[in-house]
Formats: sequence, structure tokens, C-alpha cells
Amino acid sequence: MAEIELNGVTKAYPNGVVALQKVDLKVADREFLVVVGPSGCGKSTLLRLIAGLETLSGGHVLIGGRDVTRLEPAQRDIAMVFQNYALYPHMNVYNNMAYGLRNRKTPKPEIDRRVRETACILGLETMLERKPRQLSGGQRQRVAMGRAIVRSPAAFLFDEPLSNLDAKLRVQMRGEIKRLQRRLGTTGVYVTHDQAEAMTMGDQLAVLRDGRIEQKGSPLEIYRRPATAFVGGFIGSPAMNFLDGRIEEGGRKLRVAEMFSIVLPGAGLPEQEGRNLTVGIRPEHFKINGNAASVELPVELVEPLGGQTLIEVLFGKKIVTVSLDGAIAIKSGDRIPLSVDPAQLHLFSLENEVRLDCIAA
Amino acid sequence: MEKRVFFEHRLTPYLLVAAQLAITLIFFIWPAAQAFYQSTITQDAFGLSTTFVGLANFERLFSDSLYLHSIEITLVFSALVAASSLSIALLLAAMADRVIRGSSVYKTLLIWPYALAPAISGVLWLLLFNPTIGIIAYALRQVGYSWNNFLSGTDAMILIVAAATWKQVSYNFLFFLAGLQFIPRSLIEAAAIDGASPFKRFWTIVFPLLSPTTFFLVVVNLVYAFFDTFGLVHTTTAGGPAHATEILVYKVYRDGFVGLDVGGSAAQSVVLMAIVVLLTAIQFRYVERKVVY
Amino acid sequence: MVEHRPWLTFIAHAVLIFGAFILAFPLWVAFVASTQSAVSFNQIPMSLLPGGHFIENYSAVLTRGVASAGAVPVVTMLMNSLIMAMMIAVGKIAISLLSAYAIVYFRFPFRKTIFWLIFITLMLPVEVRILPTYGVVASLGMLNSYAGLSIPLIASATATFLFRQYFLTVPEELLEAARLDGAGPWRFFRDILIPLSRTNIAALFVILFIYGWNQYLWPLLVTTDPNYYTIVMGIQRMVTVADATPQWQLVMATVILALLPPVIVVVGMQRLFIRGLVEIEK
Repeated sequence: MAEIELNGVTKAYPNGVVALQKVDLKVADREFLVVVGPSGCGKSTLLRLIAGLETLSGGHVLIGGRDVTRLEPAQRDIAMVFQNYALYPHMNVYNNMAYGLRNRKTPKPEIDRRVRETACILGLETMLERKPRQLSGGQRQRVAMGRAIVRSPAAFLFDEPLSNLDAKLRVQMRGEIKRLQRRLGTTGVYVTHDQAEAMTMGDQLAVLRDGRIEQKGSPLEIYRRPATAFVGGFIGSPAMNFLDGRIEEGGRKLRVAEMFSIVLPGAGLPEQEGRNLTVGIRPEHFKINGNAASVELPVELVEPLGGQTLIEVLFGKKIVTVSLDGAIAIKSGDRIPLSVDPAQLHLFSLENEVRLDCIAA
Repeated sequence: MEKRVFFEHRLTPYLLVAAQLAITLIFFIWPAAQAFYQSTITQDAFGLSTTFVGLANFERLFSDSLYLHSIEITLVFSALVAASSLSIALLLAAMADRVIRGSSVYKTLLIWPYALAPAISGVLWLLLFNPTIGIIAYALRQVGYSWNNFLSGTDAMILIVAAATWKQVSYNFLFFLAGLQFIPRSLIEAAAIDGASPFKRFWTIVFPLLSPTTFFLVVVNLVYAFFDTFGLVHTTTAGGPAHATEILVYKVYRDGFVGLDVGGSAAQSVVLMAIVVLLTAIQFRYVERKVVY
Repeated sequence: MVEHRPWLTFIAHAVLIFGAFILAFPLWVAFVASTQSAVSFNQIPMSLLPGGHFIENYSAVLTRGVASAGAVPVVTMLMNSLIMAMMIAVGKIAISLLSAYAIVYFRFPFRKTIFWLIFITLMLPVEVRILPTYGVVASLGMLNSYAGLSIPLIASATATFLFRQYFLTVPEELLEAARLDGAGPWRFFRDILIPLSRTNIAALFVILFIYGWNQYLWPLLVTTDPNYYTIVMGIQRMVTVADATPQWQLVMATVILALLPPVIVVVGMQRLFIRGLVEIEK
């Protein structure tokens, strides 16, 4: 049990690429932090730096209050689950789990007890004699977990562990990992590019972009109040729509895409009067048959998913995705009246993409 | 391609390469360097005094009609061995690629000669061609050819070519078969739909696609004929009669070990090294081409 | 095949059977000769059916050898060949595994230089440096010894490259996982890398055993003591007898004994052998 702390962690490669730029991050004891971001944002590097598989160019890594910056991976008391599992192909499940304990000179009966206990937790009791290639994807995934659990480390590190599984299994495993982490109460850092995984699994989320942390917070916090346009677009599915907007009437009104105006909540954004900005609207926040502020738009494409229906409407020159209840009958070519609750608008500055919040009345 | 992750130990890697490096330096690099050095000196009969003579050994070598003759012999021998063993192997591989029933039995029956040393192959053929008791010599006599590999240079050459070819067919067969099986079935099927007969398909589709394998095998067969056939010549003809089968590797041994001509033998070694370097370079060009292919 | 042409299939079988027959013919004649009595070689042409002296001839060469070849029992020569072949195969594999491991999994000064030095040995077969290599071995006092027969031959560029090639395909995550599991360089090598290379090692062993067994020029150079003769080079002394006809029945019995071990290895471990051959040439 331990907390993990990164202080000003920087990683620059010899070829000049800076993977991480002065990252500060804290993972509380027993917390499950999901680091999410597009490929190449530095999230895997972040994890490998915590594990000690790469050396830092600057800053410090602390695990359980101990500075481990200069320690070998094996001395950091962490365990890692790899994307391709990295199971030893020539060892059976038992030996895969036992190998780390043996190297630490754990007494034999102790190894046996812990391996069997872990196998029991993961439902692998009957597979201990099998080689990795005789296992299904989900089972391999469990062995990889088992190898981490058996050592009862201070922290678990997960490097996109579900990306090699098919969609159905992925949903199942993500629940399993989450339950397991709760049950064991071990601090965890989980790296993924899949925002759905991030939302469902994390106690806390850190959104990473170009080697910097854009926002950290609980999944719902991030969903409700994305700190930047990038975070808004990255978290939430289907993705947030972005439209051009302008603040008018002393900051009280927002003109969207030169098509209609919305009265902003509270006192609005008086400081932005007359300025252009980016308006973010989540597909699920559109309402059909709304109030007087609604605007009629042509439907370009209808994608029924059953429970909900995604429709693409032409908003001026832009295509906007709208998510509606599946029961509503719409066909392409229809014109539908749409409106948005002003409280659910996300406004971002044009210059630095940072969130702008309306002033309370 | 390099590993992203590695161990950062200072001494360990040197310990790991120590044995390989020591043997390489002591038994390969150092003698090779000495060969270069010795090729520029002469020694008296007792090895007591040495004189630096520059390139004189090479001049002597290339004005020596026996050496030039040896080069010629080697080229003829290598060309014959490569051509005959490659064509026989290609024929067998093309047939083996066709049959389904019994293909693994044929494979076994055709690959075992690979295991034989060229010297052993030489002795087997020496018996077959023996002028008095050999079966083939007897058969040739029956059709009116008086065979004698101890007296006729041509006969001796045929003997070593036959023995060298016989042993090499297996190797070429394996690679041709692998090459044939690597050609996508769909290409052959497309050609068949286009109306090409099996024979035409082979020459217009299969053979061109097999060219990387063929090219590679040509180089390997030349290396084999140049360097691996020493034992074969030594056990059968000993370079004779009258130097008729004295290929380069045999001559370098004879002049150095039997004739004790240090400078001359070393100069020959240097020439042979140049040949290996050339063949290796050609082979590596081929490897690059394979990547592009 | 693509279409059904029975006569083509028939021709294919006929060609293959004929080919197999041609390849086997010299071996059959050798076997027949090895079962004849000395006098039966006076009959021309020689018989193509085995004679009745199998046991006599084989026990003669195995226990007493052939007088013209220093009268070394073939058993001794077989033993010498076995020792040499094993030492060469095991030695080459061992030092190549180690050096490939160093080259792939470590970064150290002169890594590239060492790589190229090993590469150069590819271009220096014994045949091209006969005299000086003999000189080195002689001055180290390694003539007429098993060490002299094997050690100078165990540097191996091909085996090193083969293992290097293979190591490069081993996922990096395995090393990372092993490091997290507390394995250092030696443990990783012993517990992970060697077991993973098993098939490659076995395939290479087959090829190298045959290579070692079939050495000819090298034993010819470094052995003058008949007790160190290997069987492949020993045969030469039986065949080239000054002013006399070789004792063909004994020579051929020796030939059969000399070729049997490598042939058994190739045929018995066909799959590994083919794999090894193709891997090496890649």
C-alpha cells in the first residue's frame, strides 16, 4: 500500500524528442488512476518511468514516500501488466507467477501458498500446468494479472492491458480488473487510449497530451467540466461537437455559428464581449422539440443503434452529431427542431483552448 | 533493428564475448594477417632467413603457368558442379512439388547425401569409376570408352565433378523445394485460368519467381566448389594426373604443406581470401535484394 | 496441382524414383563392396549383391583397422570424430549464444567493432589460411590434441548471427517483465532466453554436428599421431596406398561406418535439420 508521486518528471530521448515535460502527479494510496490520451502523448513512457524501465531526464519518482528515481525496477516494489502480457512462453502458468517470488528468494511453501491463493482469486486453479499458448486471450490476461498480484506489491501498473482482447471480453475484463483492485486495495496506475475504459475504471483520471497533463480529476468531473477543448473532445463518446461562437450583448448572449443565439446562464461572460470563441456541445445534450430557442436543421444521416439513435445534422456548413432516444422516428431529409440547455454548453477560449466559465448572477 | 531496452552493465558484455573474441583473434584474424605478411616475404629452404620482396610473390604466382592452369581448372570444375547440381535439383524439386502422395518419403530419400563429407563422396565414386573393378568404368568399356581416371585428366575431372555434384544435389533440392512452396498457389492458379500449360507455367511464372533462390544457390554452390571440395580431391585424384584436377584450394595446401613454399602459399591464401570476400559481397547484395523483393 | 493430369503425376513419380535411385546407387555399391571377400574383387564386373563377409570385414576394421592407415582401429577414429564433432557443435553454440546475447542485450564500447570482427571470420575459412593457422596451433602446442582439433574451429559468425537474429525477435516486454521479476542479466539469459532458444539450438546442433563430423582438412593438418585420426580423414590413408590396390572391402566398411552417424542424424532429425539449414542461410 503506497502512494505514488511524480515531481517535475521530464523525459527527453537522445534524438531530441521530449516525451514528458515537467509532469507533477500524485496517486493517493489505494487509488486507481487512469492515464488517458491519444497515442504518442507520453502515457506509456510515464508508466515505464514509474516502473523504472526507463531513466528520467529530470525530476523525481516517489513510491510510498521513498525516492525510487535511481532504483532498479525490481527494487521498486511494483508489478506491471503489459499490453502483450509478456508471459514467459516456455513456463507454465504456475511458474510464470512464481518466477518473481523465486528470484526474491521467497521460501518454497510460501511461494506455493501465494500462487495457489492468487490462482483461486482469478479462477485459474485448473490451468496452473498449462503453457501460455494453451490459454485463451482472457485467460492470458488473468495470468498476467496473477503475476502482478502474487507479489502483493505496493502498486500495480497497467499498460493498455485490454487492447489485445475482443470488444466483448474487454468490457468483461475491465469490470474484473476494477473489482479486483477494489478488493486488494492496491494503488494502481492504468494507461489507456480508450476513453470508455478510462471513464468506467478510474477513481481518478489524468488526461495527457504531448507530454503534459491537461486535466486531472474524477471521471465525472472531467466529463462535466473539461478544462480544455482537447479534453472535451477526447472524453465522452460520441465526441463533443465544436462550433464557432461569439459573445454579444455585454456577455449575456452567445451567438452560435451565426445561426441562433442562446442566453447564457448567470451573468454570462462580460469580459469576452464581442470576442469569438469555441462552443462545445455534447451530442447527448441536444434536445428535440425544445423551447423557443430551438432551431430547425436538416438531417443528413441516421444511425440507429437501438437504444439510442445518432443523427448527423447540417449546422450551417458543419456536420454535427446528435444523440437521441432510439424510440424517436427520424429519417434522413427530415428537418428537426433542436435546442440545448445553456448550462450544458462548454465554452473555450480561441487562443489557448482553455475553458471559460460563466459568472454566477 | 536494435533493442530499446538493455542491461546497463559495464563488465558483463566483455565477459560474454571474451571466448568468441579470443578464438577469432588468435585463430582467424592473426593467421590471416600473417598470411598477408608472409605473402610479401621469401624464406630460404631451412626457414632461417627471410627477405622482404614486396609483391614479387604475386608476380611469380600470376606468371606461373601451373597457377593460371589451376585457376582455369577451378573455374571449369565450379561451373560444371554448380550447373549440373542445380539443374538436377531443380528438376527433382519441381517434381516433388507436384506430388502429394509420398512426398515426405521422397524428401527423405533425396536429402540424406547432404550428411556426407565431400571426402566420403569422393571415395564412393572412386570405387564406381575404378578402371579395373568399378561398375561405371566397366559399363563405359562395354560401350567402347576406355575409362581411366589415373591416366586421363578429363576422366579425373569427370570423376570429381560427378562426386561433388552427387553430394550437392540434396542441398539445392531442399532450397528449391522451399522456394517452390513459397510461391503463392493463387499465382499458379491464375496462370492456369489464363490457359498456360504446366510446362509453360513453370518457365513463365514459377522459374522467374524462383530467381532469388536460384541466385543465392549459385553463389553457395560456387563457394562449395571452391572451398569445400578439398577433401574430395585429396582422397580421389590428389590433383592429378599431371595437375589436371589441381583446384586452387588443393594447390595452396600442396605448395604450402608439401612444397613448403611459404611466400607462394601465403600469396595464394591472399588471392583465395579476395575470392571469398567477393563471393560474400555478392551474397550480401542478394540479401538486400531479397528485402526489397 | 491445379488441374488433374494423371500422366504428369506419373512422370513426376518416375523422375523422383529415378533420382532417389541414382543418389542411393553409390551407397548400395559401397555396402555391397563392404561385404565381399578380398578375392571377389578379381571378378569383373563386381557383384551387385551383398557377399557373406559382412561381420568379418566390419569387425576387422572396427577392432584392428587397416594396416596402410596406421592400423588404427576404426572404433578409435569414430570416437575421435564423435569427440571432435561434439566439442565443435557444443562449443560453437555456447560461445555464439553468449556473444549474441552481449551484442543484442548490452550497449558497450567497441560493440560494433566486435560485431564486425566476428563477421570477418565468415570470410576466412581454414582453406584460405592453412599455413599460418597451423603455425599458431603448433606454437600453442595444440597439435595432436582434441583441443587443437576443435577449439580453432569453434568461432562462428553464422551461429552468432542466427542467435542475434532470433534474440531480436524476442519481445522486449519479456526482458522488462523479467527485470520487474527481479532477474539480472545471467538469470534472464538462463531462465528465459536459453529455454526460448531451445528449438534454434537443437536445429543448429544438427547442422554443426555434421559440420564437425565431416571436417577433413583441419584434422589432416593438426594430427600426425594416428591415435587422433578422425574417421573422415583417416579413410584417405586407406585409399591412397602407394603401389598397391586398396583393400576395398575394408575401405568401404570404414566408409559405411563413417557416413552412418551423420546420415542417421539428418534422417532422424529431418525437421530440425531442414529448419537449421534454412535458418542459417537467412
